[in-house]
Amino acid sequence: MTTITTAPPARSETSHPDTPRKTSDAFGAAALGEALPGAFRKLDPRRMWRNPVMFIVEVGAVLTTVIAIAEPFLGGPDASGGSTIPASFTWGIAIWLWLTVLFANLAESVAEGRGKAQADSLRRTRTSTIAHRVTTYDETADPSAAEAEISDLSSAELGLGDVVVITAGELVPGDGDIVWGIASIDESAITGESAPVVRESGGDRSAVTGGTRVLSDRIVVRITSKPGETFVDRMITLVEGASRQKTPNEIALHVLLASLSIIFVVVTLTINPIASSVGAEASVPVLVALLVCLIPTTIGALLSAIGIAGMDRLVQHNVLAMSGRAVEAAGDVTTLLLDKTGTITYGNRQASAFVRLAGVDEQSLIRAAALSSRADPTPEGTSIVDLATRQGIQVGELTTGEVVPFTAQTRMSGLDQPDGTRIRKGAGSAVIAWIEQETRVDDSVRADLDEQIDRISRSGGTPLVVAVLSPGGDGRILGVVHLKDVVKDGLKERFAELRSMGIRTMMITGDNPRTAQAIAAEAGVDGYLAEATPEDKMELIKKEQAGGKLVAMTGDGTNDAPALAQADVGVAMNTGTSAAKEAGNMVDLDSDPTKLIDIVAIGKQLLITRGALTTFSIANDIAKYFAIIPAMFAGVFPGLTVLNIMGLHSPASAVLSAIIFNAIVIIALIPLALRGVKYRPLSASAVLSRNLLVYGLGGVIAPFIGIKLIDVVVSLIPGF
Amino acid sequence: MSAARTHLRTAGVAVRSMLLLTAVLGVGYPLVITGIGQVALPNQANGSTVSVDGETIGSRLIGQSFSDADGNPLPEWFQPRPSAAGDGYDAGASSGSNLGPENPDLIAAIEERRAEIADVNGVDPEEVPADAVTASSSGVDPHISPEYALLQVPRVAAERGLTEAGVRSVVEANIQDRDLGYLGERTVNVLRLNVALAAMGG
Amino acid sequence: MEILFVVLQLGTLALILALLYRPLGEYMARIYTSKKHLAVERGFYRLIGVDSATEQTWQAYMRGVLWFSGIGVVVLYLLQRFQAVLPYSLGLPAVPEGLSFNTAASFVTNTNWQSYSPELTLGYTVQMAGLAVQNFVSAAVGIAVAIALVRGIARSRAATIGNFWVDLTRGTLRLLLPISVLSALVLLAGGVIQNFNGFTEITTLSGGAQTLPGGPVASQEAIKNLGTNGGGFFNVNASHPFENPTAWTSLLQIVLMLMIPFSLPRTFGRLVGDDRQGYAILAVMATFYMASALILTSLERAGIGTAPELAGGALEGKEQRFGIFASTLFGATSTLTSTGAVNSMHDSYTALGGMIPMLNMMLGEIAPGGVGSGLYGLLILAIIAVFVAGLLVGRTPEYLGKKIGPTQITLASLYILVMPILVLTGTALSFAIPGIRDDVESTSIWNPGNHGLSEVLYAFTSASNNNGSAFAGLTANTPWLNTALGLAVLFGRFIPIVFVLALAGSFAIQDKVPVTAGTMPTHRPLFAGLLVGVTLIVTALTFFPVLTLGPLAEGLL
Repeated sequence: MTTITTAPPARSETSHPDTPRKTSDAFGAAALGEALPGAFRKLDPRRMWRNPVMFIVEVGAVLTTVIAIAEPFLGGPDASGGSTIPASFTWGIAIWLWLTVLFANLAESVAEGRGKAQADSLRRTRTSTIAHRVTTYDETADPSAAEAEISDLSSAELGLGDVVVITAGELVPGDGDIVWGIASIDESAITGESAPVVRESGGDRSAVTGGTRVLSDRIVVRITSKPGETFVDRMITLVEGASRQKTPNEIALHVLLASLSIIFVVVTLTINPIASSVGAEASVPVLVALLVCLIPTTIGALLSAIGIAGMDRLVQHNVLAMSGRAVEAAGDVTTLLLDKTGTITYGNRQASAFVRLAGVDEQSLIRAAALSSRADPTPEGTSIVDLATRQGIQVGELTTGEVVPFTAQTRMSGLDQPDGTRIRKGAGSAVIAWIEQETRVDDSVRADLDEQIDRISRSGGTPLVVAVLSPGGDGRILGVVHLKDVVKDGLKERFAELRSMGIRTMMITGDNPRTAQAIAAEAGVDGYLAEATPEDKMELIKKEQAGGKLVAMTGDGTNDAPALAQADVGVAMNTGTSAAKEAGNMVDLDSDPTKLIDIVAIGKQLLITRGALTTFSIANDIAKYFAIIPAMFAGVFPGLTVLNIMGLHSPASAVLSAIIFNAIVIIALIPLALRGVKYRPLSASAVLSRNLLVYGLGGVIAPFIGIKLIDVVVSLIPGF
Repeated sequence: MSAARTHLRTAGVAVRSMLLLTAVLGVGYPLVITGIGQVALPNQANGSTVSVDGETIGSRLIGQSFSDADGNPLPEWFQPRPSAAGDGYDAGASSGSNLGPENPDLIAAIEERRAEIADVNGVDPEEVPADAVTASSSGVDPHISPEYALLQVPRVAAERGLTEAGVRSVVEANIQDRDLGYLGERTVNVLRLNVALAAMGG
Repeated sequence: MEILFVVLQLGTLALILALLYRPLGEYMARIYTSKKHLAVERGFYRLIGVDSATEQTWQAYMRGVLWFSGIGVVVLYLLQRFQAVLPYSLGLPAVPEGLSFNTAASFVTNTNWQSYSPELTLGYTVQMAGLAVQNFVSAAVGIAVAIALVRGIARSRAATIGNFWVDLTRGTLRLLLPISVLSALVLLAGGVIQNFNGFTEITTLSGGAQTLPGGPVASQEAIKNLGTNGGGFFNVNASHPFENPTAWTSLLQIVLMLMIPFSLPRTFGRLVGDDRQGYAILAVMATFYMASALILTSLERAGIGTAPELAGGALEGKEQRFGIFASTLFGATSTLTSTGAVNSMHDSYTALGGMIPMLNMMLGEIAPGGVGSGLYGLLILAIIAVFVAGLLVGRTPEYLGKKIGPTQITLASLYILVMPILVLTGTALSFAIPGIRDDVESTSIWNPGNHGLSEVLYAFTSASNNNGSAFAGLTANTPWLNTALGLAVLFGRFIPIVFVLALAGSFAIQDKVPVTAGTMPTHRPLFAGLLVGVTLIVTALTFFPVLTLGPLAEGLL
């Protein structure tokens, strides 16, 4: 099974997850301004509750605010742990706690904002249009619905299975498959790609999407989606993150963060009873400050933004994931199934050499090959003419004679010249049979030919035999054109990278094993499946999965659908059938199979970003402890000042500085959360040591410096 | 119903195995060890007792006090470390002092002991070694440091009318090196030293 | 010179343990994987009525653990309550209810916290048929649970995790009993007593009276250390010369405490089919152990504090034959193995030195921890570490081919939550409830100020971690502490065990993810280092505030 598609845009080799194709103002002032109202709306405790870490901060903020309001009436702030507390301290803590919560909400709002812009533009395509429904469609008698009765209705009223007629200039009223006709369609509303695409009934390019515009011709379409559940509708919900469900890893991380928070709540609640036994109770604002510093607020604040931004990054790559789970699964993929054609090779064979038989003049072979191909519009034909030209043989523009096109029956194509000379090129057996209608082929020629054919086949190429039959019935086999699959540049390196990441690549091809092996070796894939039928593909996926591997694949045909559904990550091409798009868990709007590699990188990047910020957040605790604990009790136990290794100015300034650092670090990390941690295709050990160094060690050291610097400023406030 | 039966079955197995294991581990095992001990290593098994003239006067492993009925140290005997077991070296109620490093009682006790030992032995308080002023862990520590033993030599010799050199040589003969030369500390067993001292007469 | 002794002592210990690592670890692996039953075991299974060929689901395994332990508590409670009518009770009366509960809970949970003074409270029958039996079986239960977890990790698509009764029987008969017999005899030769003489009145050399105790001590001493139980036959535990007469018996006891916990990583490596994984776990354990032993030794050697400085050395509460080095090594070992035996009084350590045994326990008893419990405790932390680090490499985290998903993280997190909550709430409640506070401050606490707080904190830390050692000045035989600590030992033991077994079940049923270059390696120094860091942050940091109020405030004057 080989799906021939036109060569996909080569951009996939250059695009990388870190360089979004569509520019969006990731973290500009404008985006911030738009996100601000949302950030305030999210303060609603009923919404905060879903993020336990930030909910604790909000409760602390409320509590501290109440105390700050009450304090002046109760004779100023209580002393804490034997240290006097300046009057403005509680307000300072309260304000910064509110800011902490706001910053967290802001991160989420900014992340959502980016999706919203995309959703808005999509929504515009959803404006209802008039659909021409065929009242009773008879596919055998009147497939084009030329005679059928047509009734007009709003696209919103269309149901599953309805058949509609769309003519040039109209919008497609809903998702469906073309049952009759061929049309060029402008899909830029969805894909952003301005060049029109061709859709036709039958085959793997029959799907049309609601909201796209038919530019030419007339088609009959069977609607395959219910109103409100169209592809565009799903895209909108996805990019808006409205139905965003937590992924397994996200849930696990939430559980871990919640347990850490519970531990620290217990730590904080038990401090005063225990401290009371030695007369060193801390005041409530100080305890709240300690709690907020200890619970993992950094990751808690940014977690949902990271998830939204991860999905958004896919959207920017023009890939729609049907669930966050699929994005995570992409990071875990261990086996990539790649179609040879269009993914590994350029999708068409090209002439690479003319091989003459013994006793044949090379010039005449090349001339004959070029002549027979001059009117051949296929890429193979063009490449033969190109190669001939490069070797100095020009056959000119002149068309003399009758072009004989390729048919599945003859398996040959060629040219009948006016003088009666017939030139043919085609599969070896077909050409010989053709010659032998007129004359016998010499055994020595035949042996020579077989040898050449065999040699080319063995190397993975396709032999195209060229023969001439003179008017007198004198047949002569001139030689063989060596057609070769051309492997895309840079793939070998890309696959080596994948290998170092622990991902095996498997090439799927309809070619015979010999050809497949040769191309597999040239492309540097880890394995191949030759003469693959959809069933073979399914088997392979199941076999890999049985060994615990996670499989990703791309597909576009209806017969790919079962495999797409079976694969852990199934990326359907937007050009594909709606069955394929339904079965996969991602759709690539660019229909670029190589993008699978980018998707894997995006999945990994999502997980790494979460891990990095979690590590950073937890590592920060060490410095915060050293800021707050000595400050809490040094008033009663002066010896504890040796633990004040940062040399912070006073207990009050130490606590406030820690809280300010805690809030500011959220803002500082929003860009990283949205952009994602840079992913480098390295082995797991290398990635781990690098990220541990940056986010682990960095997370230990950064707050020591940050808190100290903030303390220098805070100590200038009178009273601190 | 079936859950209850499952639990009942498990409980039955638990009871039976507990009884069987008690018989093997709680009765059989200690009896076997006792049997072997009493036959093969009767001295150790029964407490490494020390006899003088056929009378058991203690265990070489268990420290004893050399004080009068009122608890005042008898100067003619080498004195062991302070003890927190009962009234001192009560082997029926082993105990450490459990006093913390900043406990005023401990601080006072150490000061008092240091002064008293210095006074009784006629030495500078600075010379009194740490083991002499601190209670042991068990309260029945049979050992003192060689330094503390040597420090007591002049007093004991004077009280008993023996030569210092003679007493010192007994002490030196009773200095036990570390196990294997590096495990633990150098010790002097007070009971053995005093038994040897008693054998010297005087 | 003294440094040399410290090094030689540690070196000897390390050498012995290194020599034991492979043979003992592999022997244990064979014990728990062998298909063959010994004749005596077959008889045993017939008598107790189990089918040794059938494996159990994690729920059934857990039922076995809980019922067996529950019956153990009842039997031990009743033995104490009926002491007066039991033979060889030395004329001692029945143990009071609260104390009986506390002691029963404590010994069944491998804690061996003792709120009582044994020679004044317990006769030989309760010691042997009650306490020593639990010393064996609580240890066997701990190892069984650890093995069940490792089986869960090693298997794939399996519904069962082994048979508890088989694991219990084999652990007891093939592992603990033979080593105990052997080491009891060696201890006997070293001077540990083994008799039924009761108390013997003697006249001392200077004419005073002394009562020498007797008892079947050697048999108990062997298993008390081997099973990381720690309950002393005498009040002063292994500092009593009849329990621990010489510096070399002390080292032997240290070896006994460490040999199984330090060799279990080998068993783990064998069972999961990758010895390197065992070495990684061993490295983490050894790192903590070495660091702790050296820090504790140097702190006691430095002897900072008013009393030790006045005395000229931190020798209060230490035996002369052990000195500082043999005391601190024993103390570190005992608190890092959940044994809780002592050969010196931790209450009298310097303030900062006394913090180290507490910190050792606060790590969660994982370096190397109690028999079995140390391994499963560290594996739980490894799961947490793998989760964070696994995200860092961009894959759904997996440990030894098992995915760490929401279920696993939930169970591991719940495990982690139990101990700190018990320690902190127990300590806090002791001071938060006025009636109890009065009782704690007037009756229980022995030393004033921060040190008194440390005594209570130590008690709850020790109980919740099933250690059993104490700042022994604390009078724990009060209704509040008997009850609270009794509950702490039970919760601290069995709630985590339930989570561990559930985890074992959740792993067993999973498929194995194949190892690729994208798999985060869990046998490299980097991961071991990460595990050390996670352990420090997740467990020890939790206690920084209370440690500040206790030992740090006392020691940093």
